Amino acid sequence: MVSETDNLLVSVKDVRFAYGEREILRGIDLKVPRGKVVAIMGGSGCGKTTLLRLIGGQLRATGGTVEVAGRNVASLTTSELYEMRRRMGMLFQFGALFTDMSVFDNVAFPLREHTELPFGLIRDMVLMKLNAVGLRGAADLMPAELSGGMARRVALARAIALDPMLIMYDEPFAGLDPISLGVIGQLIRKLNDALGATTIMVTHDIMESLQIVDYIYFISEGRVVAEGTPDELRASQDPWVYQFIHAEADGPVPFHYPAAALDESLIGGRGA
Amino acid sequence: MNGLLNVIRRLGAMVVEGVWRIGFAARFFMLLLRHSGQSLMRIHLTVREIYFSGVLSLLIIVVSGLFVGMVLGLQGYETLQRYGSGDALGVLVSLSLTRELGPVVAGLLFASRAGLAVTAEIGLMKTTEQLDAMDMMAVNPIARVVAPRFWGGVISMPLLAALFSAMGVFGGWLIGVVFIGVDDGAFWSQMQAAVDFRFDIMNGVLKSFVFGATVALIAVFEGYDCTPTAEGLSRAITRTVVTSALAILALDFVLTSLMFRGQS
Repeated sequence: MVSETDNLLVSVKDVRFAYGEREILRGIDLKVPRGKVVAIMGGSGCGKTTLLRLIGGQLRATGGTVEVAGRNVASLTTSELYEMRRRMGMLFQFGALFTDMSVFDNVAFPLREHTELPFGLIRDMVLMKLNAVGLRGAADLMPAELSGGMARRVALARAIALDPMLIMYDEPFAGLDPISLGVIGQLIRKLNDALGATTIMVTHDIMESLQIVDYIYFISEGRVVAEGTPDELRASQDPWVYQFIHAEADGPVPFHYPAAALDESLIGGRGA
Repeated sequence: MNGLLNVIRRLGAMVVEGVWRIGFAARFFMLLLRHSGQSLMRIHLTVREIYFSGVLSLLIIVVSGLFVGMVLGLQGYETLQRYGSGDALGVLVSLSLTRELGPVVAGLLFASRAGLAVTAEIGLMKTTEQLDAMDMMAVNPIARVVAPRFWGGVISMPLLAALFSAMGVFGGWLIGVVFIGVDDGAFWSQMQAAVDFRFDIMNGVLKSFVFGATVALIAVFEGYDCTPTAEGLSRAITRTVVTSALAILALDFVLTSLMFRGQS
């Protein structure tokens, strides 16, 4: 359990969120200590990405509070929010690279937008970031020329361009081959430690996550249903955690979407 | 009874949705204007969009202008010479182009060439989370992406319409003077005497400016507001072309009735 005495960077308290009538988050509580890599896990559509957007201030919670570095995100003005985001990096699910810019220009983008640094210095910084993700040699390529794993690494270099205090990853392993998956996983851990940053990673890749993270929150139906360190979760007998870790089709997370009984549906459908 | 209620209900929902979108578009336009100063300070962003919206539309504008002028030359001469006024061909061609055809046809072409491209680009950036990524990097997408494309369109359109008219006049001259044999001096001198700088040329420029701003606003708004799916993007692109065309034709009527009141 993460305690209040830990040096928290992100604190989410009883957060609720709904898209119109559809309630996504129903009172989420989680804490992210500084310097740690924390994973938020759960099935597709359980509100993981929404949670990241709430932390980044792209969405506003309908209830509860989201605090980053001690400040309530919902109470920030637009300029304060942008000031905070300059110290955040976010990796989107498919990289979200700017397709009209080269790899170099993509990584240079935040530096050019937020600093007045001379070209030579920006060039060196970009090449260092690209080197950190192993893609210095791809600086002149366009995003369309990259594989999925390479695009994810370029996006990672761009996310850390301004040496952020918080790096957020939205499904960093989705659609990657096993080698790229391992590379991204190692990079997430190494870059977090090298930069002295804090990482929040939204994913449903349990095996990779257990190897690199410090703490895991499981979310289902808008609530935290389990949490713990990787060792605690491996040993857990909680049915929900067990189903997730062992990838079982049915369990606390049902296989079937809620519906009327099959007999009733079939007979009812025939009669209609 | 139920069917009627459903129709009324659907109609009501459409009206509410329409009003909501107009309101959202108005707020979006205000935001765009608010961030325009910041965007225009970095003029290279707008210059780049003038290249994409304006320079890359040159071919279609020049070729279309030439053909429209040539058709005007043929049709105009055919009618005028029945009344023994073949020499007035230059007047007919130039007034038709500067007052109406230049701004309107160039506007329609601009909407289908540049407007569509802007909607597709912004829409695709939204669909692939590029706008969200920019926003998360503390870079305002309206200032960085939307405003330069809007101003690029506003600046390009009057220039393209002027070029369209010039090419049209050249096309009319080519057919009338070179091929049919209208007197060269009469063609140009009658044109010079009949075309008024303030009422014909400047009103045409003003029209093309209004059409440019309208098309550019519709294009950036539809792209920014599109549903981030392939189907949503396709619908947004269709809406850009259809709404722009209707807006140009409706605005043309309104502007013409205001500008040329008491003239002729």
